Amino acid sequence: MSLPIDTAAPPGPSRPPATPAAHRRRQTGRTLNRLDLRYTPYVFVLPFFVIFAIFGVYPIVYTFWIALTDRSPLNATISFVGLDNFVELLTNDPQFWNAVTNTFGMFVLSTVPQLLLALLLANALNRRIRGQMFFRLAIAMPIITSTAVVALIFSMIYAREFGLVNWLLDLVGIDPIDWRAGRFASWFAISTMVDWRWIGYNALIYLAAMQSINKDVYEAAALDGASRRRQFWSITIPQLRPTIIFTLIISTIGGLQLFTEPLMFTSGAGAIAGGSEGQFQTITMYLLDVMNQRFRWGYAGAVALMLFLLIAVFSFINYLLARRISSDK
Amino acid sequence: MTSTTLHPPVPRAKEPRIRHRAERLWAASPLTVVGLVLGVFLSLFPFYWMIVIASRTNDAANSWPPPFLPGGELGENISRVLANGDASIVKGLMNSFLVAGTITVATVFFGSLAGFAFAKLRFRGKNALLLIILASMMVPIQLGVLPLYILMAKLEWLNTMPSVTVPFLIGGFGIFMMRQYAEQAVPNELIEAARVDGCSTWKVYWHVVVPALRPAAAVLGLLTFMEQWNQFFWPFVVLADPANPTVQISLRSLNTAYFADNSQIFAGTLIATLPLFIVFVLFGRQIIGGIMEGAVKS
Repeated sequence: MSLPIDTAAPPGPSRPPATPAAHRRRQTGRTLNRLDLRYTPYVFVLPFFVIFAIFGVYPIVYTFWIALTDRSPLNATISFVGLDNFVELLTNDPQFWNAVTNTFGMFVLSTVPQLLLALLLANALNRRIRGQMFFRLAIAMPIITSTAVVALIFSMIYAREFGLVNWLLDLVGIDPIDWRAGRFASWFAISTMVDWRWIGYNALIYLAAMQSINKDVYEAAALDGASRRRQFWSITIPQLRPTIIFTLIISTIGGLQLFTEPLMFTSGAGAIAGGSEGQFQTITMYLLDVMNQRFRWGYAGAVALMLFLLIAVFSFINYLLARRISSDK
Repeated sequence: MTSTTLHPPVPRAKEPRIRHRAERLWAASPLTVVGLVLGVFLSLFPFYWMIVIASRTNDAANSWPPPFLPGGELGENISRVLANGDASIVKGLMNSFLVAGTITVATVFFGSLAGFAFAKLRFRGKNALLLIILASMMVPIQLGVLPLYILMAKLEWLNTMPSVTVPFLIGGFGIFMMRQYAEQAVPNELIEAARVDGCSTWKVYWHVVVPALRPAAAVLGLLTFMEQWNQFFWPFVVLADPANPTVQISLRSLNTAYFADNSQIFAGTLIATLPLFIVFVLFGRQIIGGIMEGAVKS
């Protein structure tokens, strides 16, 4: 990777120095050069570490401390409460567990179809077809929308009174659904918002991986009489294993942080509650609820740490799962 | 850099008969075409519908059956949302341009500097530092949100643009992307030659690395701008004052106070999406190439 030239000083002239002054100059130049080679790389990477230390590491370390206190802007003093916040969170906070259930419910409901449809779409995009670039651009287009825009558009698509979905249901004779009222209905609606924005993105990632698979393997399989479906499951999926693991972990990290779509699914000031009975309040919404509505900052610290723990654990579980599934084939 | 991935999967075959078979192997079946067309329809329909509702009167937008063709009220709805003092969307647009633009320039600059250092320079602790950057990308902002908020309050940055700009000036993704690209795009011979000519590390960066990194820098800039333009969670936490929002927070204000006025809300979403739509129309190929390129490398 690195080359010896990185450290080698430029070869100096072989002649002896003409005058003492020129000699000194050259010496200074060499010292500067050595300093440059040794320290400039650190200067080049420094900006990241300065920003990360102040706005990344410091807040995280502080979160560990704050979670052990009862800090609140309403309290004049801060007391150390040990693990009380965690005990309450784990044993005596149904609203937190409600948020955990909602988050995981929507995560599964959105991620599974999202990645499967992305795989199918990528497989289709990988075929020879006229207007290939048009198809790719059109499929990728939702990535330009913000989560706020997605939530607003779909809020109207799922409106109870004049919504498109209820109109479609009406066409086939199904009664209108109040998409915000029920737990499953709201999860479903929110999951489709997530999927609409991310399927195309994941499809492009899969497509890139599919294009790097050697085409001869497919030709050999076709000669042996393997159907396209068989080729997909026996060649494409196993070859895509690292990519599937990558997308699954990215989706886990993103999915468990779900926030904007459920927040903007309802309007008005109480949106952070996630529906009349919190049926779609996610962990991140609950975190801000505790922080900004109840002003229990110490407790919010504990919620944030639990969220991080859940993300880490489930990323790891999904990693193991994806490794198993795709190596079975 | 995009050309490598954007070509159709042409099977390598020399004999005409084999090529024929290979072409059939990769030809799209009718079912595939139908599936793709359906996918494109579902993908584009919400954009179309955004225009339909944004160009209708609010009464027409809330009617049964729902409208499916654009109306003539687009200008009216847009001027209504631009004049809406509660949403401050004009201010929001200006702020978003400022914030996303600053972060984009900083990310490309710092990312290419650090990416070059990690790809081509030798220094102690390089791998450990890279690992820290990788780990930083796995940590969600929620973990430190509360102390970060307190920090912003102490700095008196709440409700100001530095609070949503400074913490994001350079992230791990930009460094990794530039490092991957620099590894293959900057020839070692060129660096060596520049060194022999007496170039300092900075001059090597400026005269050798920057020209070679230009295509990747453009893609990184596009992706960064899009991501920052669409930022919601952190601005929602620190920009509570509706008079000084980013454009996404303006939309949130609209949704809070004007939720019954869908044609105005949709005019707002249209305005908020338009800049990225233009970017996508102009640079869609590069954006797609960047996403696919990054996927193969990781």
